[in-house]
Amino acid sequence: MTRPRLAIGARLQYDEVREEHQLLVPEGVVRLNATAAEVLELCDGERSLDDIVGALSDRYDGADLGDDVRGLVQAMADKGLVVDAAA
Amino acid sequence: MQLPRPSTLIAELSYQCPLHCPYCSNPTDIGAERYHHELETEHWIRTFRQARALGVLQLALTGGEPMLRRDLVALCEGARDAGLYSSLITAGTLFTREPAEALKAAGLDHVQVSIQSPDPEENDRIAGNRSFDKKIAAARLAKELDFPLTINCVLHRQNLDRIDDVLDLALDLGAQRLELANTQYYGWAVVNQDALMPSREQLQRGEEAVRLFRERVGPKVQVLWVLPDFYEDLPKPCMGGWGNTAMVIAPNGDVMPCQAASTIPGLEFANVRRRSLEWIWNESPAFGRFRGTDWMQEPCRTCPLGRQELDWGGCRCQALRLAGDAAATDPVCRFSPHHDRVVAARESTQAGDFTYRAIKPTVRV
Repeated sequence: MTRPRLAIGARLQYDEVREEHQLLVPEGVVRLNATAAEVLELCDGERSLDDIVGALSDRYDGADLGDDVRGLVQAMADKGLVVDAAA
Repeated sequence: MQLPRPSTLIAELSYQCPLHCPYCSNPTDIGAERYHHELETEHWIRTFRQARALGVLQLALTGGEPMLRRDLVALCEGARDAGLYSSLITAGTLFTREPAEALKAAGLDHVQVSIQSPDPEENDRIAGNRSFDKKIAAARLAKELDFPLTINCVLHRQNLDRIDDVLDLALDLGAQRLELANTQYYGWAVVNQDALMPSREQLQRGEEAVRLFRERVGPKVQVLWVLPDFYEDLPKPCMGGWGNTAMVIAPNGDVMPCQAASTIPGLEFANVRRRSLEWIWNESPAFGRFRGTDWMQEPCRTCPLGRQELDWGGCRCQALRLAGDAAATDPVCRFSPHHDRVVAARESTQAGDFTYRAIKPTVRV
């Protein structure tokens, strides 16, 4: 995975009725915790995975988030929700 | 009891359709006078806003053929403004460049194109009109315009043996999703049950083809494969439970818990012209009738598998049709005293002629 982006048709939104972040996809919804939503917001097909890890690390006082971010992106990729813009 | 929140609204915009599929889920009396008076644009848009406020996330714009609604672009804008994820469920024959580009600009999120068979002639025979080439063009156009694409193929005795070609076609078209919907016996499919019911061997071969395809292709194409009820011995949670996750609005504005609910006598469906969606979902007798588990009879009431809140008693319309009581256990269930009728139905399959979907009096083709 070089430059992750959301699959075509996947849309992030905050649901004010349920008070939660969601990834809306054709005929489905993936409920997200706030951290996952932050990661996916950065998956724009421009940033590399390292850029995303770096951006979040800066946001959280230099915490090492590399494994968590990669794990999440890979899990989403396995479901076809995130794809590689470089591929 | 805490009331459930709906997540899906199925908007049947019109029962008009250029196709005549013999398994259409629309009611068999689509020509009836009560369906003539379709909702106005502002009714739908107000309803979309009310749906979002209730918790609805997914909107299916379907029919009939939704492309026949002249205000479809305005409806897509209304859905986007309401914050709904909209899917167009189309036969594809009218999904041409100009309207498709307008729908994209209006914020339509997702396009689903049906095919009746991967074989052009067979497709046109099942659909009852010449449509295969237009469907393929529609699917390619959806891709070109960057819509996520779902291909839907309703499977039955007469096309199941072509399942490998269906899978390859979906891959070739660049579909993200392929819905292999084994026919469920509601609406017109009831009329054509004998001609549609597949054999167990066909289904087993189909299931194996899907397994191999998934192995070969991976998550690039998500394949949905649902076994038909009649080959199960535990019922499905029809619509995710009555009044539990989804609602259907008929072209005239009647709000129903499922597409076939109008076959159940004694239920009165409130209409969005006169009632708010919130009242209909939360307060109307029709939505409360089979909600939850309190209405259940034996054997559901003391289900030996404790599945009351997994399958919600199965399908009410099927219970009515096969057991003569909409409040009975779905006879698909092996604990139903009427399960033998399901077994008999799957053993009585035969090649037969189709009775095609028609709005005017039924014609035998």
